[in-house]
Amino acid sequence: MSARDAILNKLKVSQQPSGAAQPVALHTAEALCAQIDAHFDARRAEVSHAELLQQMQQALQALQATVFCASVQDWPQQLAQQCQQGGVRSLLLANDGDECRALSVALQSADAQIVTRHYPATVDDWQDVLFHQTDAGFTVVDAGIAVTGTLIVRSSPQQPRTASLVPPLHIALVYASTLYADMHQAMRAMNWAEAIPSNLVMISGPSKTSDIQQTLAFGAHGPRWLQVWLIDDLNEVRHGGAA
Amino acid sequence: MSAQTLHFVPSADFRSRTAEAVSDPQLRRSFRGAMDFLQGKRSAQFPDANELEALRTLGEAVRQHALQNLPQLLEQLEQNLTRNGVQVHWARDAAEANQLVLQIAQRAAAKKVIKGKSMVSEEVELNHFLAQHGISCLESDMGEYIVQMADEKPSHIVMPAIHKTKEEIGQLFSEHIPDTAYTTDVDTLIQTGRRALRQAFIDADIGLSGVNFAAADTGTLWLVENEGNGRLSTTIPRVHIAMMGMEKVVAQLAHIVPLASLLTRSATGQAITTYFNLISGPRRAGEKDGPQEVHLVLLDNGRSQAYADAQLRSTLQCIRCGACMNHCPVYARIGGHAYGTTYPGPIGKIISPHLLGLDATADLATASTLCGACAEVCPVKIPIPDLLIRLRNEASRHPDEQVSHALKGQGALYSRSEKWAWKFWSGAYSKPGRYQSMRWLVTRLRWLTPAQQAGWTRHRTALRPAARSLAELLKAQGIPE
Repeated sequence: MSARDAILNKLKVSQQPSGAAQPVALHTAEALCAQIDAHFDARRAEVSHAELLQQMQQALQALQATVFCASVQDWPQQLAQQCQQGGVRSLLLANDGDECRALSVALQSADAQIVTRHYPATVDDWQDVLFHQTDAGFTVVDAGIAVTGTLIVRSSPQQPRTASLVPPLHIALVYASTLYADMHQAMRAMNWAEAIPSNLVMISGPSKTSDIQQTLAFGAHGPRWLQVWLIDDLNEVRHGGAA
Repeated sequence: MSAQTLHFVPSADFRSRTAEAVSDPQLRRSFRGAMDFLQGKRSAQFPDANELEALRTLGEAVRQHALQNLPQLLEQLEQNLTRNGVQVHWARDAAEANQLVLQIAQRAAAKKVIKGKSMVSEEVELNHFLAQHGISCLESDMGEYIVQMADEKPSHIVMPAIHKTKEEIGQLFSEHIPDTAYTTDVDTLIQTGRRALRQAFIDADIGLSGVNFAAADTGTLWLVENEGNGRLSTTIPRVHIAMMGMEKVVAQLAHIVPLASLLTRSATGQAITTYFNLISGPRRAGEKDGPQEVHLVLLDNGRSQAYADAQLRSTLQCIRCGACMNHCPVYARIGGHAYGTTYPGPIGKIISPHLLGLDATADLATASTLCGACAEVCPVKIPIPDLLIRLRNEASRHPDEQVSHALKGQGALYSRSEKWAWKFWSGAYSKPGRYQSMRWLVTRLRWLTPAQQAGWTRHRTALRPAARSLAELLKAQGIPE
């Protein structure tokens, strides 16, 4: 008998366990979901988008992330300027989407001495550049969670995993319209289970550790700095027209 | 660092290691400080007792539901992971798990493994096994990296190097990492570790990780971490192998939401950790990065023994937050190493007998005051003190006694003289006449009490019966018995 069958048989034989302990109340998976929904829904206050934005900002700052609020029109210039002032020499753009192109243009017109890097077809022979010659990675994240200051990143050809992971500075763009109150709401509203990506990452602040005498230190293995650009797109049209 | 000589220290030495640990003031200070810190962080995360209680009830219900349906959920998990392109392997014991990893490594012609944190890989002593086959494992979690460098084992499941001071770590780094000056500055030490491990992620053929939760409905492995080494280990190398105790599956992705909240708040007092890394398959067509192969090794290793008993099954509800050890008065005083098992503290006392047998772990369940702090903080309401009493009973039962669910190593603490002592005691206390004559004898012969009373007098003054019993004193005052 294979290990698989042996284990499963053993579990099935003892699924009704021996012993006189009281039987536990049986829930169905759906009943459990309803209880979970009720728990989180009852504790979630109705807040306006402006309040959500403020909550996100505060949560990010508490996590030692740097936060900038900008408009749909102005962020590319402001971000280009910030990179220049911050001494970024090489900036990895996650894809060739609208935001990355807008940032590229802004960097050029600012005459910034910043090398922009683009992903080759795969990173397999590109690790050296990625790990040792790239100061910052720029991504547009898929959504945000206001209560914990969390960024949600779903892997895809347009959303490589390493852009938010390897360079020491991660610059993330978050649209206000993509903010959710908490993880429970985000998972429900975005329907994660329906089309789960190969890798869904929730990022809350820069990489950190307390492994040495409970002393907090940043930049353990992931980005040491997290810079978040909160874009107020609620009354405006995004770059490229995707509202 | 490849030649590791780490083993389970036999639990037979538990008492001597305990004695050693309590007389080490440095160790006592390290653990006391860490426990106070973690207790404070946790309680700050739960200002609302009602919310905590409601969440614990939910967490318990999710875990109990998962265990009730465990074999079906494992089949569903396998099916959905396979559909997502993940290869699923099953291991009955540590040897099988190690062999499976070795086979994957050999097929991939791998020489170097970079590891994210995995307690299951510690449980099966994977590093040691792979080293014997010429494959090196490098731990990349900062705490695990330090512990591996010192040729030690983790002393805490969440904070592996909790027993080490920054002075010791500064010394270690300056000795083992080239061009590193001694320092006690934590920021510098962490940056040194980062620098030393950076290239290792690129050079590794395989990334190996643990799993915090698995969702059967989506075929998702949910990993929780702060450092980013877990993400790097599961993203950069061509092959990712995840190792998981088979009890960690739950029915739905949505069921993990309350568990994740309970885990990070209970473990390190964080509302959320830096990274929740949800892996549902290897790199897909068109994706530029991520592993090309993902494997999951599911491990039994004695868990099915706990599963088969209604009371002991609750052991498997555990989500490995470590809150029980952070609040345990025994753990705080003896530290994680004294237990000699992969999982120390209260959870270690109740899970290790299933992994290793009662014969190798019989003393562990006795090292408890049954104060109940562990059960009070447990985010999934495992009745740890009840389980400790049960394991004590199983250990002191006659080895040949027939019971409906015999545990491996039953009767490890069975003692004929103790059995007789209890028989005598219950005989004397169940008949008033016998009790009264014994009482008279004991008070009159108190001068015969020995000054050395086995274990009792090692740390306490000798016990001596009073000159007159309470009943006699009352009688002398004219109060009837």
